Amino acid sequence: MSGFFALDQYANFIWAAYGVSVLGIAAAIVLCVQAHARAKARLANLEKEPS
Amino acid sequence: MLRYANPKRFMDLSGAALPWLAGAAAIFLVAGFYLGFAAPPDYQQGDTVKIMFVHVPAAWVAMMAYGLMALSAAVGLIYRHPLADAAAKAAAPLGALFTALALVTGSLWGKPMWGAWWVWDGRLTSFLILLLIYLGYIALWNAIEDETRAARATAILALVGAVNLPIIEFSVRWWTTLHQGESILRPGGPSISAVFLWPLFAMALGYTLLFFSLWIVRIRTEILERRARSLMLGLS
Amino acid sequence: MTALFFRDIRLSFRAGGGAMLALAFFASVAALVPLGIGPDLKLLARIAGGVLWIAAALSALLSLDRLFQADFEDGSLDLIALAPQSLEVAAATKIAAHWLTTGLPLTVLSPLLGLLFGLPPQAYPALVLSLLLGTPAISAIGAVGASLTLSIRRGGLILPLIVLPLLSPAVIFGAGAVLAVLDGLSNGALGLLAAFSLVAVVLAPFACAAGVRLNLAG
Repeated sequence: MSGFFALDQYANFIWAAYGVSVLGIAAAIVLCVQAHARAKARLANLEKEPS
Repeated sequence: MLRYANPKRFMDLSGAALPWLAGAAAIFLVAGFYLGFAAPPDYQQGDTVKIMFVHVPAAWVAMMAYGLMALSAAVGLIYRHPLADAAAKAAAPLGALFTALALVTGSLWGKPMWGAWWVWDGRLTSFLILLLIYLGYIALWNAIEDETRAARATAILALVGAVNLPIIEFSVRWWTTLHQGESILRPGGPSISAVFLWPLFAMALGYTLLFFSLWIVRIRTEILERRARSLMLGLS
Repeated sequence: MTALFFRDIRLSFRAGGGAMLALAFFASVAALVPLGIGPDLKLLARIAGGVLWIAAALSALLSLDRLFQADFEDGSLDLIALAPQSLEVAAATKIAAHWLTTGLPLTVLSPLLGLLFGLPPQAYPALVLSLLLGTPAISAIGAVGASLTLSIRRGGLILPLIVLPLLSPAVIFGAGAVLAVLDGLSNGALGLLAAFSLVAVVLAPFACAAGVRLNLAG
């Protein structure tokens, strides 16, 4: 397993690049999904109100 | 095509498609990651060639996002369709994110090669300008209060940018040959060996599917927010 | 349209207008850069083209945000839109007036500022010519940005933010022209700059008119 992830002396750069990418993608997913959920909840709230 | 432009239809269709898109994205991303790490070191760049598998797909999506954004903006401008406007607005932050990722990973790719955290390489420079254009577009959306006005103004800006971007790309390449060598962020030699192509394609496909998934989520959010806004106007 | 042209020129030479302000800003930036970099004349001579080009772009942008906004606020933009001549012609007229009162004076002042940077004598024609050819592009592209942002109160820095990246070819070719002389090369920069300006000046009025229309509509 450790052999699979063995990298040369630039390992830090490679991990940093992948780390940043994973973090960026994860942040995007979380933010987008959260905004969607918020909008959905807000709309449901407004639609429930008696007009 | 305009049949799908009905917001309700869009919500139904996108709701059905989204799990498949997201699932496929996840599969390709994981596959790409595995293939990337299974690949041998490049004879010139060692293992840092693996950074290509996150840099190039991000760059590719950054450019594709702008194209889709400009196209949506044009459709919104010509047909006055709010769904197209929403699509353009939704694409921008995603495009900016992938541009930023391309810049950071490009910088990390460059540091081992040339010892500097930033090099005014042709591609990095072009992407820096692209990021600024994205930020300007987003800022304009936020600065104009009226949604319809904002949609039209940003559409014109996106189209002006679309016309200008090839010119900018040309001028930056001209500028790099003036000051140094040709663009150096190129993997391996003149042609990429097949062992690197598979992870690259997998990641590129994964990134693309991821973009479409997130784009759809954001457009849905826009539609929900619009409905909420119009309800609030109706209630007050 | 001639009335519009001369009116714009007159307005920009008044106290609140952009012409004098742009020149003063241009000179200030040119004076400040050496303070930030140090008096090494060899270095200053090398960066003169780039610095003066960027300073010119920023100075020209200063007065651009009011290009359409002033007329929008006092209602004259509605009148202009109703005039028999098309909005595109009106926009082109305003761009021309802006260039005449901002870009052209900047170009004329530039050799004097080049002196501050110890620019070698053979580079002056390139400096002046590049600004002469390039400042119309700045006025044109800047005007497009101005038409899009005219309804934004206290727009502040949004105009430069959206316009400056679009001006990068002009800065690259303009400063590149000066650099070419310094390096003893011929790199076709001036020709490329002229082409860019031409395209910008021809297409900008259409985008400006669209920008004005979307802001006047409801």
